[in-house]
Amino acid sequence: MSWPELMPLLVLASSFVPGLIIFALPEDSHVLRSTLNIGGATVKLLLVAWMIWKAGAGVHYEFRTELLPGLDFVLRSDELALFFVGLSALLWLVTTIYAVGYLEDSPHRSRFFGFFSICVTATVGAALAGNLLTFLIFYELLTLSTYPLVVHRETDEARRAGRVYLAYTLSGGALATLGTLWLYYVTGTLDFATGGFVAPFVPAHTGTLAGIFAVLVAGIGVKAALVPLHGWLPRAMIAPAPVSALLHAVAVVKVGAFGLVRLVFDVYGVGVTSSQGLAQGLAVVAAITILYGSLRALAQSNLKRLLAYSTVSQLSFIALGAALGSPVAATGGIVHLVHQGLMKVTLFFAAGNLAVTLGIHEIRDLRGVGRRMPWTMAAFTLCAFGMIGVPPLAGFVTKWTIGVGALDGDMGWAVWILVASSVLNALYFLPILYSAWFATPLSVWPEERSFPRAETSLVLLLPTLFTAGAALIVGLFASAPYSPLEWTQLIVGKYFRP
Amino acid sequence: MNATLTGPTLAVLLIVAPLVLAIAAFLAPRFAGRFGFVNAALMPAAAAGLLAAVAESPLSYALGDWGAPLGIRLYADSLSGILLLATAVILACVTVHARGYFARSAIRSSFWPLVLFLHAALNGIFLSADVFNLYVALELLSLAAVALVALGNEAAAVAAAFRYLLASLVASLSYLLGVSLLYHGYGTLDLALLAEPGRHGAFPWAALALMTAGLAIKGALFPVHFWLPRAHAEAPAPVSALLSALVVKAPLYVLLRLWIGPFADVPQAVGELLGLLGCAAILWGSVQALRQERLKLLVAYSTVAQIGYLFLFFPLARATAVLDAVALFVLAHALAKAAMFLAAGNILACLGHDRIKELDRVAGRLPVSLAAFGVAGACLMGMPPSGNFVAKWLLVAAAFESGEWGWSLVVIAGSLLSAGYVFRVVGHAFTPEQAREGGAAISASMSVTPFLLALLALLLGLIAAPLVELVDSPLPGAATVVGR
Amino acid sequence: MSAPLLYALVGVALFCMALHWVIACADPLRRILAVNVMSSGVFLVLVALARRVPGPSPDPVPHAMVITGIVVAVSATALAIVLASRMRSGAAGR
Repeated sequence: MSWPELMPLLVLASSFVPGLIIFALPEDSHVLRSTLNIGGATVKLLLVAWMIWKAGAGVHYEFRTELLPGLDFVLRSDELALFFVGLSALLWLVTTIYAVGYLEDSPHRSRFFGFFSICVTATVGAALAGNLLTFLIFYELLTLSTYPLVVHRETDEARRAGRVYLAYTLSGGALATLGTLWLYYVTGTLDFATGGFVAPFVPAHTGTLAGIFAVLVAGIGVKAALVPLHGWLPRAMIAPAPVSALLHAVAVVKVGAFGLVRLVFDVYGVGVTSSQGLAQGLAVVAAITILYGSLRALAQSNLKRLLAYSTVSQLSFIALGAALGSPVAATGGIVHLVHQGLMKVTLFFAAGNLAVTLGIHEIRDLRGVGRRMPWTMAAFTLCAFGMIGVPPLAGFVTKWTIGVGALDGDMGWAVWILVASSVLNALYFLPILYSAWFATPLSVWPEERSFPRAETSLVLLLPTLFTAGAALIVGLFASAPYSPLEWTQLIVGKYFRP
Repeated sequence: MNATLTGPTLAVLLIVAPLVLAIAAFLAPRFAGRFGFVNAALMPAAAAGLLAAVAESPLSYALGDWGAPLGIRLYADSLSGILLLATAVILACVTVHARGYFARSAIRSSFWPLVLFLHAALNGIFLSADVFNLYVALELLSLAAVALVALGNEAAAVAAAFRYLLASLVASLSYLLGVSLLYHGYGTLDLALLAEPGRHGAFPWAALALMTAGLAIKGALFPVHFWLPRAHAEAPAPVSALLSALVVKAPLYVLLRLWIGPFADVPQAVGELLGLLGCAAILWGSVQALRQERLKLLVAYSTVAQIGYLFLFFPLARATAVLDAVALFVLAHALAKAAMFLAAGNILACLGHDRIKELDRVAGRLPVSLAAFGVAGACLMGMPPSGNFVAKWLLVAAAFESGEWGWSLVVIAGSLLSAGYVFRVVGHAFTPEQAREGGAAISASMSVTPFLLALLALLLGLIAAPLVELVDSPLPGAATVVGR
Repeated sequence: MSAPLLYALVGVALFCMALHWVIACADPLRRILAVNVMSSGVFLVLVALARRVPGPSPDPVPHAMVITGIVVAVSATALAIVLASRMRSGAAGR
C-alpha cells in the first residue's frame, strides 16, 4: 500500500489512536492525556493542511477497500471533503484545548476524552467518505460516540437527554441505511460523483427516486436538526459546554448538514433535484426550520437552550443554500458550514465561560456581565452580531450570498426568509447584549470563582478569542484569496460547470 | 492431492478428538480442565486446516469405506468449514473464561466432559451428510446441553433443564418421524441423494412439516421458543454463552441444509410462513427483552429475537446473496451473543445478582466487561462495520431483490428495538458511582475473553467480502466422493 | 389397507396421543413416560415402513435406525429421570 493511499487513514488515526490510548489511562495522568489530545489534534491539522496544499496542485488522496462484493469503503480528499475536514480539524484543536481547561478536576476525564476523540474521528471520516455507505458508517459511529458525551454529567436529566438523543439519531440512522440500500438497489452504485449519479435512472424510476430522496433527507435531517426532527438538540444542552460546542459547530449537526449537501450535489446532482422538485421541497423544509428555530429561541430563558434553538435555525441556511439551485446560493450555503461553525463555537465557549466563572446559566443573570467579563462578552457580542447578519461579519456574507443566489434562481421568496430570520435573531440577541453591557450588575453572581491572571481561566478565554477573531476575519476578508468563500466558489464552480 | 489426504483426517479428528478428550476428562476429573485446554488449542487449528482444504471443492468421505445407506458419510464444504472454525474459536474463548468462572466451584469436574461432548456433537452436525446421523448428533447435542444447564444446580436451573429436555425430545421425535417418512418416499437418507431432482413423485409434505417443526422447536423459533429464555438464563454464564451462540444454531443449520437440498423446490408459501414467524420472533423477543428485570433473561430474550432474523432466509431463499447473509448473521450473532453472556456472567459473579436496576456500580468495577457488553450490543444493533451490519445489509438487499421489501422494515425495526434493550443496560455505565467495595474479584482472563469476542464480532464486517466469496464458491451438494 | 400401513397408522396415533400427554400433564414422571410412548410410536412407524420394497425380506436400514433410536431414547430417559428426581428432592442433590 502506497503512502498516498494511507493518507486519509492517517488523518483518521491521528484522533482514533490517541482516543483508544486515552481510554486506558488512569484518571490522574493529566499531562499524558492532554499531550495525547493536543498532539493528536495538531498532527491531524498538519496532515489536513498537507492534503489541502496538495489539493491545490490537483493531487487527491484516496483509500479504497472492498467491504462487500461490489461495494467499497472509500475515503477521498476532494475539495468539498477537505473544506469540511479543514474546519473540523481546526475547531477540534481549539475545542480540545478548551475542554482540557473546562473539565479540569471533573470525574471520568479519560472516558470523556476517549469518546471525544472518537467523535472527531467519526466526523472526519464522514467528511472524507467517498460514497454513501462510508458516510453511513461514520454517521452511525458518530451517534454512538457522542452518546457518552451527552450523558457525561450523569444526572437524571442528562440521561433522559441521552435517551432522547439516541431515539432520534438511531432512528435517523436506520432511515438513512434503508434509503441507502434502496438507492443501491435502484442504481447499483453509491460512489459520490460530481453532478450526482442518479440522473440516468430518473426516467425509469422517477417516483422511487423521489421517495428515496425523502427517506434520505429524513434520515440525515435528524442530525441536521430539520424541523420536526430537531427535538433532540435543545435537550442535549445538558451536556458540558465543550460538548455543546462540538455538537453544534463541529461534529453532529455539521455532519447532518454536510450529508444533505453531499446528497444534493454528489448523489442526486443539482440538475435532478431542481427538475424533479426535490430541491424546492428541501428548501421549504429548511425555510420552515429557520423561522421555527428563531421563534422558539425568542421564548427561551436559559442561555444554552436559546443558543440551541438558534443552531436549529442557523444550520438550515446550509440546506437552504444548497437547495436553491443556483451556484451563488450554493456558495452561501456551503460557506456557512465554516461561518456558522466559527460563530456558534464562540457563542458556546462564551456561555461556558460564564457558567464556569460566574455560575450564570439563565439569561436574567446576565445583567451587567459585560463589565465583569469584557473579553468573553466582546467575543459573544461579535458573534451574536454575526448571527444577526450585521455587515461585514461572517453571517452577513452568508445571508447576502444566499439572497443574491435566491434572486438568481427565481426563488425570491427565500429573501423574505433571510430578512425575517435577521429580524428574529436581532429580537432574541439584542436584549441579551443590552442587558449584558448596559444594565446594572446584580450584587452577587450566582457562583463566582476568581482567576488571578484574567477574567477567567486563560485556557478558556484564549480559544474563545481565537474563534471570535477567526469569525471576524473570514467575514472581513471574505473575498481575499484562500478565504473560505473563495474556496467554496471553487468547489461550487465544479458542480455548476455546464 | 495434499488436500484430499488431510481433509478427511481433519474431519475425523474434529469429531473424534473432542469425544476422546471428553471420555478422558470424565475418567480423570483432576485433569479435566487440561483436557479442555488441549481441545481449545487443537480445534481451531484443525478447523482452519479443514476450511483451507474445502475452500476449493467440498469434501465427502465415507468412514471405514462403508458407503450409504448403512455407512457414515462425512461431508464438508466452505459453509460447514466456516461454522466449524467459528465453533472452535468461540469454544476456545469460553474455555479460557470458564476456567476462571468455575475456579472455586465443585461443578467444574462435570463441566469439562459435558462441554467436550457438546463440541463433538456440534462438529458432528456440521460434518454430517445424512439426515439420520444428523438426528443422532442433534440428540447428543441436546443431552449435553441439558446436562450443562442443570449444572446451575438451583431449583430453577433444574426445572429449566427438565423443560428444555422435554421440548428437545419431542422435537427430536418429530424430526425422526419426518425422517422415516422421507426415507419411505425417497429410499435414501443421504442429503446429496435426496436433493437429486426427479427422485420422488409427490412432494413429501408430511416429512417437511414434521422435520421443520422439530428443528424449529430446537432452534427456538417463536412461538415454540418457550423453553429457551429460562434455560439460557439459569445456566452458568459460560454455558449460556455456548447455548445461545452455538447450540441453537445447529438445528437451524440442519434446516438450512434441507432447504438448499431436498426441500429446495418447496412452495413459496411455506417460506413465507416461516418468515412471518421469524418477524414475530424479532418483535416479540425484543419487546420481552425490553421488559426483563434480570440481565441474563434480557440477553436470552434477545437471542429469541435474533433467531427470528435467521428465519427470514426462508421467504427470501431464492434471492442471490441470502445464504451469505444468513451465514454471516450466524457468525456475527454467535460472537456477539457469547460476548454478552460472558460479560453478563462477570457482572453476576462480581455483584452477586444481575438485576438491571441495581447495576449502577458496575461501570467502575468492571469497565472492560461493560465495554464488551456495549460493543457486542452495538453489533447486535447492526452498527457498521460489524458482521451484523453486513448481514442485515445483505438481508435487506435480498428483500429488495425479491420485491418483498416489507421484510426490510422488520429488520430495521428489530435493530431499533435491540438498541433499546442494549442501552437499558449500557446506560447504567453513566450513573453516579457509589462506593466500590465487596463482591468477588474477576480475573483478567475473564474480563478479556468477552471483550475479545465482541471485538471479533465488530471486525467481522471487515472480512465480510472474502467470507461471502468463500460461502458462494462451491455449490452445495456438488460433492466429489473421496475415500471409496 | 395393508398390514404395514395399519401398523404405521397405529404408530402415528401413539405419537399423537403421547404428545398430548407430554403437553397436558404436570407430573414429571408421567411426562417422561409419555415421551417414551412417543418414541415407541415413531419406532413402530419405522419398522412398519421397512416393508417398502416388494420381496421376501424387509429393508434393513430402518431396523438399524430403530436400534440406534432406542439407545438414544434410553439415555435421554436416564437423564430425564435424574432431573426429575432432583426436582423432587428440591434440587439439593449435590
